[in-house]
Amino acid sequence: MAKRIEADNVTAYYGSFKAIEGVNMVIERKSVTALIGPSGCGKSTFLRSINRMHEVIPNARVEGTISVDGENIYDKDVDVTAVRRMIGMVFQRPNPFPTMSIFDNVVAGLKLVGVRKKGELQVAAEQALRGANLWEEVKDRLDKPGAGLSGGQQQRLCIARAIAIEPQVVLMDEPCSALDPISTLAIEDLIGELKDSYTIVIVTHNMQQAARVSDRTAFFSLEKTGDPGRLVEYDDTQKIFTNPNEKRTEDYITGRFG
Amino acid sequence: MTTLTAATAATVQLKAKRLPKYAPWAIAAAAVLIGLGGVTFAAGGGPVVGAILAALIYFVALITIATFVEGGRSARNRAASALIGSAFVLAVLPLLSVAFTTISRGADRFDADFFYRSMNGITALNAGGGAYHAILGTLEQVGIAVLITVPLGLAGAIYVVEYGRGRLAKWIQFFVDVMTGIPSIVAGLFVLAFWVMVISPIFNDGRPAYSGFAAALALSVLMLPTIVRSAEEMLRLVPSALREGSYALGVPKWRTILKVVIPTALPGIVTGVMLAVARAAGETAPVMLVAGGAFAINGNPFAGQQTSLSLYIYDQASTASQYAPARAWTAALTLVAIVLLLTIVAKLVARRSKLTR
Repeated sequence: MAKRIEADNVTAYYGSFKAIEGVNMVIERKSVTALIGPSGCGKSTFLRSINRMHEVIPNARVEGTISVDGENIYDKDVDVTAVRRMIGMVFQRPNPFPTMSIFDNVVAGLKLVGVRKKGELQVAAEQALRGANLWEEVKDRLDKPGAGLSGGQQQRLCIARAIAIEPQVVLMDEPCSALDPISTLAIEDLIGELKDSYTIVIVTHNMQQAARVSDRTAFFSLEKTGDPGRLVEYDDTQKIFTNPNEKRTEDYITGRFG
Repeated sequence: MTTLTAATAATVQLKAKRLPKYAPWAIAAAAVLIGLGGVTFAAGGGPVVGAILAALIYFVALITIATFVEGGRSARNRAASALIGSAFVLAVLPLLSVAFTTISRGADRFDADFFYRSMNGITALNAGGGAYHAILGTLEQVGIAVLITVPLGLAGAIYVVEYGRGRLAKWIQFFVDVMTGIPSIVAGLFVLAFWVMVISPIFNDGRPAYSGFAAALALSVLMLPTIVRSAEEMLRLVPSALREGSYALGVPKWRTILKVVIPTALPGIVTGVMLAVARAAGETAPVMLVAGGAFAINGNPFAGQQTSLSLYIYDQASTASQYAPARAWTAALTLVAIVLLLTIVAKLVARRSKLTR
């Protein structure tokens, strides 16, 4: 069952540079939330702080709390790898492991944490690949290298890899920006199916995609360059795109800037 | 509104006359004939002078003809190609020469006797004798050195690339760079003074002990910087997107390094190790200083003197016996063959994890 995410006064830094400030947000379980906004406004930074990937960058840190079903993941005793097993991520550019076959790529998350039984791995792999809509295309070549697929297939492979470990939440950082329209459509359909089982948060530059795919949308922006990004408005997608409260939101979605 | 004049439109010509494909070869053939022929008729000079003359004639002729027929830019293109081609030939020539000489002179004693016998009891008048003890020595000494340096070197490189954020990493890099320049005899002296003279008497009734292991230590000093540096470069080449992909699955850092980063960087790391091995197998001075050299077979690298193929070559090349040079050449051929074989095997093993297939 998917989990509910609560962000409370989240501020993130790259060294001494404040990237986002004071973000407060509640993301309900089994929903799709889109984060939109101009470049550099901190959407990806906020996304990466949800699964504690932000701190992988040297000298980066996050202040504030993010709770998943009530538990603060930034607590002192929290095991980071457990957080990331619960909250999966798909990146902008597909990054299958080049030295592994398609099968090994899909079950990498399981194998690398100690699952050994062949039977279990095979069941998990088929389930994940079916879930990512890739099974029919690769079931005959599971032992071929993962890097030998097309861009859209590679991205679906990465999605399969992410859902194979059965996370509660799936974060997607502009998953379709490196893909053609047909592959984009395939992945958007996939998101529609995945939302029955996972909480999904997707960062996108494409406003039409946000409108098609998400239940709620959050608009991030900055006053001027050098300022930290802030959450400007967060509401149902329908409302954001037809009748937003804030003027800045309206300016952005109608294309007056950004 | 501007219109293109007929003059501007006509200055760019798409087609130009080109020399036929066989032309460079014909010019080369003519140059060789003239060069070598001219030299044989003239006094003095040999095939080398003839070859240089032929090359010069080729250049001049090709560029002149090309300028007349094809135009300036194409002629310059041909000149550059010819220069690059000859640079390549010049670079490869010594390699071919060494290979040819080693094979032809080493073939003489390339027999079973050579590979099964040592120099035990072989006098200056004795035509037999072999290098079994030297081959054993080289394999053992280099083998032990690899066992010491590969884990150490890899660990150092992993620390510098994956974990090192502060001063320690910078110091490690600095000292590794310094170590790269240590002359082999200095490494040998270091092991002589430290291991042979100070440490080994503790285990040997107060007497210093020369051994194959001491030579392995000296070789390690020489191999370690190469391995650390090349492993470091290859680890840095692994894209950070791969590491992030693994972290995002909840895989701990050390496992990511072991199962994702190192397999991806493996072919390059193996190349670095083989470069270090090739250098170490050929070092003579450290072995001479601390392993002492030997005539009989000694399979124990920890006790008793040993020799290696490189030291054997030096010994045979400086012995007065008329049968020694042949042995030296065969030993040289053997050494080259061993390193080549090891390299091929290592590359095959590493091929399973190529970054691009």
